[in-house]
Parts: sequence; C-alpha cells; structure tokens
Amino acid sequence: MKNQYLLKAVLLLICALHGGAVLAADEEPAGTIKTVTGSVTIERGGQKLAATEGTQVFAADKVTTDSNGSVGITLRDNTLLSAGHNSSLSLNKFAFDPSTHAGAIDATLKRGTLSVVSGKIAKQSPDSVRFRTPTTTMGVRGTEFIIEVDATKD
Amino acid sequence: MSRTFIITAASALSIFIAGCASPPAERVVLLPGPDGKAGAVVVATNTGSSMLLDQPYTAVAINNQGRLNAVREDAASVRARYQSALDAQPARPVSFSVFFVRGKDEITMESKPLVEKLKAEIARRPAPEIMVIGHTDRVGSDASNDILSLKRAEAMRNALVKAGIAASSISIAGRGEREPLVPTADEVAEPKNCRVEVNVR
Repeated sequence: MKNQYLLKAVLLLICALHGGAVLAADEEPAGTIKTVTGSVTIERGGQKLAATEGTQVFAADKVTTDSNGSVGITLRDNTLLSAGHNSSLSLNKFAFDPSTHAGAIDATLKRGTLSVVSGKIAKQSPDSVRFRTPTTTMGVRGTEFIIEVDATKD
Repeated sequence: MSRTFIITAASALSIFIAGCASPPAERVVLLPGPDGKAGAVVVATNTGSSMLLDQPYTAVAINNQGRLNAVREDAASVRARYQSALDAQPARPVSFSVFFVRGKDEITMESKPLVEKLKAEIARRPAPEIMVIGHTDRVGSDASNDILSLKRAEAMRNALVKAGIAASSISIAGRGEREPLVPTADEVAEPKNCRVEVNVR
C-alpha cells in the first residue's frame, strides 16, 4: 500500500519534470533579426521592445514596422521572413528539432507586405507550415512567395 | 456650392466607413527560387475558395468580398511593388564542408584555405550565427566516432575563433558516423566522410 503511494508520487514527479522540459524547449528563440531599417517594434507579453540586428524573436512575438521601417528575420530552420513598410506580423507558433528537421510554423500577416523563403520544416513536414492573413490561409510546398495585405482597406 | 461640398463630404465619409467595415484586399505572389524554379503555394480563403500557385510569378488577388482572381506578375512588377520587403531579406544561409585527416581532429592541407573563406562569409553578415557539425567515416566504434566528431567540431571552432570570429556566435555538435556524405559499409575508410559541415546564417 505504501509502495503504491510512492509509485504515484514518482509518476507525478516524472510528469512534472517532463512538463518542465517541454516548457524549456518552447523558450528557445524562434529566430534572429538580421536586418532593420526605420523603426521596428516587437510586442512580447504586453511589452514593446525596439528591435535591432541580433535581437532574438520568440514564438508569440508580434513584429511591426512603421512607414519607413522594414525587418528581416532568419528562423532557426533557415526560413527567411522579411516585412516591408507598415507591416504587422505575428508569429503564432514555432517549433524545430535540428536533428530530425521536424517542427511547425504558424504566422499571420495582419497588414503590409511579407516575403517568405521557406526552410527546413517546409521541406520535412510541409503540412505543419501555415501562413495566414485576415481572410486566407496559405499552405507551402518548399518555395518563395510574397503576401500583401492592403492596410488602407483595413 | 456649400451643399455640393456637404454631399461630397458625406459620400466620402460613407466610402470611408464602407472601407473600414469590409475586409482588406490581399495578394499572394509565387516567386522563383535561385534555380529559377518555383515550388507551390495553396491559397485558401476563410469562405472556402482556394487556388494553387505553382508557376513563377503566378499570383492571386483576393478582393474585399473574398473573391479570388488569378493575376500575372513579372520580375519588374514584383520588384516595384514589394521593394521594401525584398530589400529587407536576410542573406541566404550557406554551408561549407571542411575535410579532416582520417582518424584525427586535424583539418587537411587542402581544406585549410577554407577558414579564410568562412571568415569573409561570416564578416559580411549582420548578427551571424555559425553551426559546426562534426562527422566521421565508419572506421572504429560508434562511441569513439561520436567523440572524434565532436573533437573535429571543437577544432573547427578553435580555428574560427583564432581567425577572429566571436566564440559566442558558434555552436557545435558531433553526429559521429550517422550522416556520411558517401554511404559505405562498416569499417570502410572514406576521406569524404571525415569532415565538418559549417552552416553560416
């Protein structure tokens, strides 16, 4: 009887540790900002940060550029994202395993322009790469493309 | 005169309000890769229509009623319309193979000049990130090759640091004999597999 309690306690501990490990993996940066012109802002957990070259980007970050701004981001799987003037890009989800190249990308362009060069995740598991706008969803088959959302009609 | 103005202002206002209420107009353009070929993008609207883009410069315009219209772009029109986004594109990641002396963590004479080339490639990139992955051929045990591949990655990092690259921008890993460039049977010596891959982005 006592042993059963011990077993349960050990199982609970394993679960807690495992949960902790998953959380730690999510806290790894999704990518790095490589180019900045004008004013570029990152919104993270309710706070606004000015982005510069070398600033790390995390899953759940929202990146915005002003009327003179633009930004280029290289994600950990080598996906290249670059947003032009007056753009708002939200990274909803990012996960990448550098050994297996498995992972997921989910991002939304709310306004402005975005150029995408897909990376290793799109090659390995294309169905887990999603780009969105307010009215559409894009599935990607290893490629380069541009998305535009006309802000004046927003 | 003033009545005309009021009517004009009122109609301008109603257009403005209509503009606010309707969803934005959107556009998706498929581009060729560096080899001139394009992959594919499937564009699906929330209202259930979809379109496949699979040729370079094919595009779709989505109007504010959610209707999809095929459009044709070209290199010049894309350049003009999307210059600020395209100019912001980060440099494309590149990969180098640096070869090592068989069984050792010593860069071959032939591969030594690559260190300078790598240094130049890293210097031209803002906020560079370098990943060094060591590999071996299949001579020796899995365990000893795991150790050797990591030692090769460490030797590569040391060579880059000595050339002036910040150690903090370099990450290393050893993959042992798991990922040969040239697949061989076990215990076969293969110089092409005695290498590190250096990815720069």
